[in-house]
Amino acid sequence: MSIGVNLEHTFNDFRLSAEFSIPEPGITALFGPSGSGKTTLVNMIAGLVRPDRGHIQINDHVLFEHSRGINVPVRERRVGCVFQDNRLFPHKSVRDNLFYGARRNPHKLSQDEQQAILAMLDIADLMDRRPNLLSGGEKQRVALGRALLSNPDMLLLDEPLSALDHARKQEILPYLEWLRDHRKVPILYVTHAVDEVARLADHMVVIDQGKTLATGSVFEMLGRTDLPPLSGRFDAGTVLPARIVSRDPKAEVSFLECGGQRLVVPYLGRPQSDKVRLHVRARDVMIARTPPRDISANNIIPVTITKISDEPGDTIDVTMCFGQDADATLLAETSGRPKIHARITKWSGSRLKLQPHQKVFAVIKSVTVNGQLRDR
Amino acid sequence: MISLTPAEIEALLLSLRISGVAVACALPFAVIVATTLALGRFPGRFVLDAVVHLPLILPPVVMGYLLLIALGTRAPLGAWLYETFDLRFVFSWTGAALASAIVSFPFQVRAIRLSLENVDHGLYQAAETLGAGPIDRFFSLTLPLALPGIIAGAITAFAASLGEFGAIITFVSNIPGETRTLPLAIYTAIQTPGGELAAARLAALSIGLAFAGLLLSEIALRRIRKRAVS
Repeated sequence: MSIGVNLEHTFNDFRLSAEFSIPEPGITALFGPSGSGKTTLVNMIAGLVRPDRGHIQINDHVLFEHSRGINVPVRERRVGCVFQDNRLFPHKSVRDNLFYGARRNPHKLSQDEQQAILAMLDIADLMDRRPNLLSGGEKQRVALGRALLSNPDMLLLDEPLSALDHARKQEILPYLEWLRDHRKVPILYVTHAVDEVARLADHMVVIDQGKTLATGSVFEMLGRTDLPPLSGRFDAGTVLPARIVSRDPKAEVSFLECGGQRLVVPYLGRPQSDKVRLHVRARDVMIARTPPRDISANNIIPVTITKISDEPGDTIDVTMCFGQDADATLLAETSGRPKIHARITKWSGSRLKLQPHQKVFAVIKSVTVNGQLRDR
Repeated sequence: MISLTPAEIEALLLSLRISGVAVACALPFAVIVATTLALGRFPGRFVLDAVVHLPLILPPVVMGYLLLIALGTRAPLGAWLYETFDLRFVFSWTGAALASAIVSFPFQVRAIRLSLENVDHGLYQAAETLGAGPIDRFFSLTLPLALPGIIAGAITAFAASLGEFGAIITFVSNIPGETRTLPLAIYTAIQTPGGELAAARLAALSIGLAFAGLLLSEIALRRIRKRAVS
């Protein structure tokens, strides 16, 4: 399963130049600020906008190839779309909305698969209603079901959560996780929210000002501080894969294992040995030259500095890998040992005389760790 | 309850029949023209738009005159229709229906077009990604979403043709039982010495009819809106 995109497009003064490939099923986040060209790119994949040049391919199925004059019509692309504004048909019941695509598709899902999707989306009670009687979250669930039941080769989700408030978002996210973990269909998930990326995505394509800047695994990409859309004051950080080891008897915190280190985070409400993802923002990480004592922060991790990037402005980004053994930096590159980023003031950096290969301690307050994110 | 005279009933039923046939026959064309104008982008769209709206600005008498010279049995088109299909419009109620249909056509087109233009274009895109072709989209989205406009247009057109006078009297004359609709009957009564009472009764009948129509259309539109809320 792979999706290849290589496109050039110009309209008015906006130039779009996108190149990426998605290697396997799972969720790929198309991440970038608003106005970066995400929706245009998605519309081109769906066939709603015709690019000037380039090609789009899902597996062996070429959807668009400018040089060969191939441009598969929208309705034959088998690309399921969920739009920001749900676009449910107002005059049709939820049931008729859900099966609109399925009725028109010769490659139908089996009855069992259809039932599994409907059961998962919890929409049995809504079947006879009209969309205007649904809540925002319910509408998006129906829109998701409608796209899924049409049995697409690929799903495009264009900011499906951005029109919802926080509570509704939390309501939809588990459905998206189920989708990621139980359906084989590859998903391109358009968003400008780092927390959604960190929670849902396996891969990530970063786009800014009409240009795709980088593609890679979500762990790798969220760890990069050199990409403009990700290096914002609040969002830059690290996603760490971790495993739940135990919890304290009163269930106030969970103990995790990550790269051979024990981490303490607020109670996650998940069973032992479950895998989780932790999102640690760079500005929440402190650096100490000696292990601090009598401090409230629960996580004091021995690390080795691998890189200090001097950025314009008053801060520096310090990249550190777990462990203080002699070959720690080497192991970080070769064996995937976790890295973590700290964003500190230039003044702190020079006061501590930080430099690469130095052995220091990363101090992370438990409460700053966003541990609500799960992993398969 | 004052009972109606046979002549009054005749005029009333004739009016209803002519208007009903006019609206029913014009409706499919109105839907096609409105869809073309609302969704199509083609050269000559402006010309089509102008032609459709012509009956709104032309005096009805001119419309009737134009129909007469085009479809009179001695005119080439009229003669051909008569010989080929045995279809004669002049001095016949079918001609009155044709004149009413043409004069009320713009009302239908405008109402349908307005409701079509209000449909979110994103819905068509969504339908397309779900595998619906253009004809499929027309029947599964366009038509049902334009239904309130179609009903509203039909009712307005029906009311407009009930009141049509100039085009009918010019094209098909004033023949009792054939082309003498309510407005023509009122006109005849006024022209007749001592016909004031008859004219007043017919006028009252027209007013009653108008109110009944309004009421019916209101009920119909409410039902439709309840069913298809956007």
